[in-house]
Amino acid sequence: MIETCDVAIIGAGPAGANAGIMAASQGCHTIIIDEQAMPGGQIWRAKSEAIKSAPMTPEIIDGDKLRVSIAESNLTHIANARVWQIERELDEWVLHFIINGRSEKIGAKVLILATGAREYVQPTPGWTLPGVIGLAGATALMKRDLLTPGKRTVVSGTGPLVFFVASEIRRLGGEVAAIVTPNSRADWLRALPSMSYRIDLLRRGFVWVADLLLAGIPIFWRHAIKQIDGETKVQSVKVTKLGNDWSPKGPAHLLEADSVCLGHGLQAASEASQLLGIDVKYQLELGGWVPEVQEDGITKINGLFICGDGAGIRGAAAAEIQGKLAGLSAAKSIRPEVNSSNLALLNSYRRASRFGMAMTGLSIPRKGFQKLITQETIVCRCESLLRCDIENEIETGAATTNAVKSGSRAGMGPCGGKYCQSTIAKIIADRENQSEEKIAPPTPRPPLRPVSASALSGEFEYTDLQIPKPAPL
Amino acid sequence: MTETYDLAIVGGGIMGCSTALRLAEDGMKTIVLDQGDLGQGASGVNAGTLSLQIKRVQLMPYALKGHSEWEAMGEAVGFKKTGGFTLAFTEHEAELLYERQALKADAGAPISFVSNNALRAAEQNLSHKVLAASYCPEDGYANSSLTGQYYRLRLKENDVQFREKCNVKLITRNSSGFNLTTSCGTVHATRLLLAAGAWLKPIAAHLGVDLPVRARVNTVSVTERMPPLISSIVGHATGLLTMKQKSNGTILIGGGWQGQGVPQDGRGNVTAKTLIPNLSLAQHVLPELSNARVTRSWVGFEANVPDFYPLAGALPGIENAFVLGCVRGGYTIGPYMGRLMGDYILGQEPELPLFDPGREFSEV
Repeated sequence: MIETCDVAIIGAGPAGANAGIMAASQGCHTIIIDEQAMPGGQIWRAKSEAIKSAPMTPEIIDGDKLRVSIAESNLTHIANARVWQIERELDEWVLHFIINGRSEKIGAKVLILATGAREYVQPTPGWTLPGVIGLAGATALMKRDLLTPGKRTVVSGTGPLVFFVASEIRRLGGEVAAIVTPNSRADWLRALPSMSYRIDLLRRGFVWVADLLLAGIPIFWRHAIKQIDGETKVQSVKVTKLGNDWSPKGPAHLLEADSVCLGHGLQAASEASQLLGIDVKYQLELGGWVPEVQEDGITKINGLFICGDGAGIRGAAAAEIQGKLAGLSAAKSIRPEVNSSNLALLNSYRRASRFGMAMTGLSIPRKGFQKLITQETIVCRCESLLRCDIENEIETGAATTNAVKSGSRAGMGPCGGKYCQSTIAKIIADRENQSEEKIAPPTPRPPLRPVSASALSGEFEYTDLQIPKPAPL
Repeated sequence: MTETYDLAIVGGGIMGCSTALRLAEDGMKTIVLDQGDLGQGASGVNAGTLSLQIKRVQLMPYALKGHSEWEAMGEAVGFKKTGGFTLAFTEHEAELLYERQALKADAGAPISFVSNNALRAAEQNLSHKVLAASYCPEDGYANSSLTGQYYRLRLKENDVQFREKCNVKLITRNSSGFNLTTSCGTVHATRLLLAAGAWLKPIAAHLGVDLPVRARVNTVSVTERMPPLISSIVGHATGLLTMKQKSNGTILIGGGWQGQGVPQDGRGNVTAKTLIPNLSLAQHVLPELSNARVTRSWVGFEANVPDFYPLAGALPGIENAFVLGCVRGGYTIGPYMGRLMGDYILGQEPELPLFDPGREFSEV
């Protein structure tokens, strides 16, 4: 017999944690499973326990508030646990996860997926050199360990994250060589009306930019990194101006730096949803392929709910509210007396979504941007495949992400295609003269994360293995 | 507009494509239709094991021919002749091994029994708990992921038409042959070959034929790259493990442990209930595997009929229609079966007999 709860939630970021608090407050026995040591997700990541004191930031304050709420609720929080497989047995979900090097499982009547987002980094010549890290990766490093990515960093990418990362680097005593962003000042002005739904967040953004300008940090608007150079680590970066569709245009400038933070928006982490049979659809304004989910987290599968950035990139503020909505929906499915209709919550979710989607809109690379991926750029890092390798595979007639994967091994490495598949879909779309929404992601494969064989099997006796009867002779 | 062909093949796996290539040699105008991409069903997701030690005795002559076909395809399909060991760990398994491998050796497979010392000299990382082992120098593997790419290129070279993501929705007959209504237009063909693997039953139903086809849901897993641990393919006396280390260092683990799902629903699912014992068995055989991380597991649908022998011949009751599928060990034998099927469709005597799809099936 395994432990069974009413509601199991995967992910303890803004969406999952709030879903859990809500479901627990409605009297549901709720368990939340998360990969990190403390709740908060990527955005409200807690600092490492080894660091006693650190200056307060809005992320730490919001995160601490959430951590207190969880501690005060009836929620069971399973930390440092990695879900590798989810199955449906009769009318119950079974979650298999690795904890302390062993595979454990729990059962749940309903399941809420709050798996969040991952960063899209468009392959750039030299991006595999030591010293290059993702923008989101840099925030993790800074929030948890108070470490800067290097001594002198070029911060490059789309949307608001470049300004946040640059101001965090400065706060922690690092030097920002420059900010390089494909967005123009006009892009930001156009986004202002949607941003006015969250004046607080808007004000914070202004403070970041004002601080950077006052410090005389160059901001290269409508520019991108063309190439990252260095022998064994980053030494310099070439930046180029972009045209309206973000095609490279004009000569390159050279910037000296020992590190680069690079990121081009977030994408829904939807592998778990897809593995459970939820269809995905292409919604550029939500970051690309997203699972089909209602605003209140309800999906076509009974007992399965999805919320937060894993349902489409709408940002932390919207994730928090959708978490509550999904928590209510889940509670209602267990306890029909729960009143799950909450118009005020729904309206604030829509307002917050508008803000988040404006940020996503700024973050999405435009069509010309992929011209920066030269034929010799590594696209699939795990298998060291260059853009030309992918194009050669398409040339043989492989016109789907599955066919390119089979023929070239792109996406067969440890990352399971999380890093390369969007780029490969863009390359196929470009070569086949199709729109990206016609190029579906490859068939998802378990496990959700690589798992050690010994953790899966645990201690076992050979004679206890239930080996089926051999095939006919 | 309706396109007209001498033969339409439903299913672009190894069976369908290899038949098309044989027919192209004699100039037959053929089209291959697949609901997905070429070679992405069982042909492209199986573990790629080419082992005479796990073939059925009666299919051994076909398997021997199949091995030559793969060897000839060579590099393009990642063919490697590594030799293979099959291991037994208990008295019961040893008995099974002796009994079965002796019959297979009689049927023509160059299988011999080897001592523990010889086994250890060849593969020092395998478990020391082995009780009995057999060896076949002909065994090896190919890379099933390359099936689609291989046949796409070969069909193009031979001017054979093919359509991918082309779903056959309806098949009707008229005086001049068959009309196939598909998601990419109507195709007319004088003859028809059904080679749709696990999807044969619903396809044959279009013609009112009930084929007793079922599907096994075989699980395969792969690890991250590991230092060199084994150089031969390794199996278990029961057949419930196949293992090989690819030249890139990844270790591929199969053996036919059953996942869940049915072909009609699209893809099947891996289940922890069988994945865990499958991987445990693999670790028992190769202890160092416990240090490896599994990066991917998947299932493929392997079609069969109750007697576990192939369907290869005329579709019962339908003139000019043929069926090819349900070949146990179909990856190994498929390219050769396609050649035989091609001969048969061309009205020539196949080198080895086919398997009448109209026979009485008895459960084994």
